[in-house]
Amino acid sequence: MTPLWLMLMIPLSGIVLLAFIGHLRLAGWINVALSACTLAASLWLAVLVLAGGPLLSPSRMLYIDAFNVYLVALTAFVGLTTAIFSRPYMQHEVETRHISKRRMRLYHSMYQGFMFTMLAALTTNNVGILWVAMEGATLATVLLVSLYRTPEAVEAAWKYFILCGVGIAQALFGTVLLFFAAERVVPVRDDALLWNVLYSSAAQLEPAVLTLSFVFLLVGYGTKVGLVPLHNWLPDAHSEGPTPMSAVLSGLLLNVALYALVRVKMIVDGSLHSNLAGHLMMGFGLLSFTVASLFLHRQRDIKRMFSYSSIEHMGLMTFAFGIGGPLATFGALLHMTVHSLTKSAIFITVGHAAQIAGTQSIEKIRGLIHTQPAVGWGLLIGTVAIAGFPPFGVFTSEFLVLTATMKSWPWLTVPLLVGLAIAFAGLFRHIHPMVYGDAPEGQMPVRANMIPVMVQLAFVLWLGIAIPVFLSKWFEQATVLISGSSPL
Amino acid sequence: MDLTQLRLYDQAILMSAAIVLLTSFVMLAQARIVPLIHTFAWQGALLAITTALVAYVTDHPHLYISAGMTFLLKAFLIPWMLHRLAVRLGIHRDIEVLTYPSMTLLAGAGLVVFGYYVAIPIVQLSTLVTRNTIAVSIAVVLLGMLLMISRKKAISQVIGFMSIENGLFFSAVVSTYGMPMVVELGIAFDVLVAAILFGVFFFQMRASIDSLDVDRLNRLREGDE
Repeated sequence: MTPLWLMLMIPLSGIVLLAFIGHLRLAGWINVALSACTLAASLWLAVLVLAGGPLLSPSRMLYIDAFNVYLVALTAFVGLTTAIFSRPYMQHEVETRHISKRRMRLYHSMYQGFMFTMLAALTTNNVGILWVAMEGATLATVLLVSLYRTPEAVEAAWKYFILCGVGIAQALFGTVLLFFAAERVVPVRDDALLWNVLYSSAAQLEPAVLTLSFVFLLVGYGTKVGLVPLHNWLPDAHSEGPTPMSAVLSGLLLNVALYALVRVKMIVDGSLHSNLAGHLMMGFGLLSFTVASLFLHRQRDIKRMFSYSSIEHMGLMTFAFGIGGPLATFGALLHMTVHSLTKSAIFITVGHAAQIAGTQSIEKIRGLIHTQPAVGWGLLIGTVAIAGFPPFGVFTSEFLVLTATMKSWPWLTVPLLVGLAIAFAGLFRHIHPMVYGDAPEGQMPVRANMIPVMVQLAFVLWLGIAIPVFLSKWFEQATVLISGSSPL
Repeated sequence: MDLTQLRLYDQAILMSAAIVLLTSFVMLAQARIVPLIHTFAWQGALLAITTALVAYVTDHPHLYISAGMTFLLKAFLIPWMLHRLAVRLGIHRDIEVLTYPSMTLLAGAGLVVFGYYVAIPIVQLSTLVTRNTIAVSIAVVLLGMLLMISRKKAISQVIGFMSIENGLFFSAVVSTYGMPMVVELGIAFDVLVAAILFGVFFFQMRASIDSLDVDRLNRLREGDE
C-alpha cells in the first residue's frame, strides 16, 4: 500500500507547494523532481502488483490490477518527460509572451493537480470518485488552456469547459443509473458503487437499466475521449493551450477517459450477455477514426493537425475495445501505450518547432532540419512512427487490430485501411515541407532538450521490434481481465 | 393510482418536485439577468426542501446532510457569487434577446415528455415513494441543456450548466435516495470549484473580447477560411 499512497500524496502536496513558489527556475525543477518521485512510486507499485497480483486497499477505496497499473506507470512516465520538457519551454514562453509570475505559479500547481486527478481516476475503486476525478481533470486544466489570455485561448478554454462539463454531466447520470441498478442487488448501500463489487455482481444487474446507463456513460466519457461528434473542444484546447498541456492532454487525459469507459463496459458486458456496448463503441470509434483522418488534410495549425491525429487514434482504440476478443483488446492496450508515448513526444517536438518558427501555422514552419536538426528529425521520426510505419510499435498494434477485425468483421477492414492511408497522406503532405523545405532568413535554433523525445521514441521502436517479456505478461493479464481469455 | 390516496408527505414531495420543474421553465423564459439568478436560487432552495422531505419520509438521515449542502451551495453561495459578479461586471441590468421564446418553451414541454419516456425502464423497476419524480429530474437536466443552447450570454449559460447539476443531484435523490456520501462530497467540491472558475472566466472574457456574449467567441474555425 505504501507506494500507492506515496504516489497519490506526492502530486497532491505538489499542488500546495508549487502554488507558493514564484521563482520560475526553482518551480520548474521542483515540478520535475515531484514527477520523478511519482514515477518512482508508480514503478514500485507496478513491481508489487506484477509479483503479487491485484491489490485492494483496506478501506476498499483504491484498487489496482494489471489493467490500471500499467496505465499508472505510463501516466507517471509521460508526466515526468513532459515536466522535463516544460521547464526550458515555459522559460522561453515567459520571456516571449510576458506571462506573469502568478500565472506561472498557477501553471505549475495545476500541472501537479492534473497529475493527481489522473492518478486518482486510475487507481480509485469507486465509480463515483472516478467521475469526480475526471471532472477534476477538466477543472485543473481549463485555466491552463487559457494561460496565454489571447482571445483564441479564452475561446478554446470556454469551449473546453462547457462542452466537457456538459458532456461529463451525462456520465454522472449514467453513474446514478448504475448505482440505481446496483443498490437493488448489493446488500450494503455504500458498497454499490465499488468497482470490484459491481464487477462480481454484474450478472444480477438489471440489463435494461444498464443499457441506458452505458449510453449515458459513453456520451459522457466519450466527450473526454474526443469521439466524433463530441470532439469539438479537443483541437481547440490542444492548439491554444501551452504545448506541455497539449502533450499531457493528448497522451494521458484521452487514455484515462477511455480507461473509464472500458471499466464500465466490463460491468455492462457482465450484465447484458450481448455485445451491445461493444457495438456502440465500434460505431463511435470507426466514425471518429474516419472523420478525423479526413479532417487532418484541412488543418493549417500544426497542433490542430496532431490533435486530429489523436482523435483518429482514440477512435481506433475505442473501435478495438468494442470488438472485444483477446486479440483486439491486446492490440488496443498496446496502442494506448505506443500512442501515448509517440504523441506526447510529437507534441514536445512540435512545441520546439513552433518556438523556432515563432508561429504554429503550418505554412510558415519551414526547413526545420536546416535550422535545428534534432527538432527536424525528431518531428519526422515521430510522424513516421505515428503514421504506423514498421518497425515502430504503432505498426504492431495497428496490425493486431486489423488482424482481429479481419477475423470477426472482415468487411470493416476496408474502411480501416482506407482511413489509415488517408491519415498517412494527410500527415506527410504537411510534414514534408515543414521538415525539408528551405529555412526562412534569420531562423534561429532554440534551447531544446530532446532527450525525453528520444527516449520515448526509442521505447516505441523497442515495442515494435520486440515486446519485453514482463510487459507482454502485463498486457496479457490485462487482456484476460478485460476480454476473459488470453491472446497467446 | 390516485393522488389523494398517497400520504400527505408523499404528496408534498410530488408537489415540490413539480415546482422545481416549474422553475426550470421560468428560467427558460426569463430574459433579465438578476431575476434569472434569483429563479436559479429558488430552484436550489426547492431542491433542498424536497431532499429534506424525502429524508424525513423515508427515514434516511444522511439525506439531511445532502439537503443542507444543496441549500448552502445552490440556493445561497453560487447565486450570491453570480449576483456579485453580475454587479461587478455591470451586466445586472442587461436584458437578453430571446430568439423564439414560445418555440423554446414548446421544445421544453417536448423534452419533459421525452424525460418521461426515458424514465420508463427505471420507474418500472423502482419501488421507492419518489419514483414518480424520476422523470421530472431527467426533464430538469434536459431543460438545463436547452437553456444553455438557447442563450448567448455567458452568465445564462453558466446558470444552465448549474441547473443541469441540480437535475443530476435531484435524479440521484429520487431514484436512489442519494449517492454515497464520499461521492456526493466530491461532486459538491467539483461544482464549487467550477462556479469559481466560471467567475474567473467572465473576467478573462471581458478582458480579451470585451464582451460576455458567447457569440463573439468565433475565432477558432475548422481549416480553410
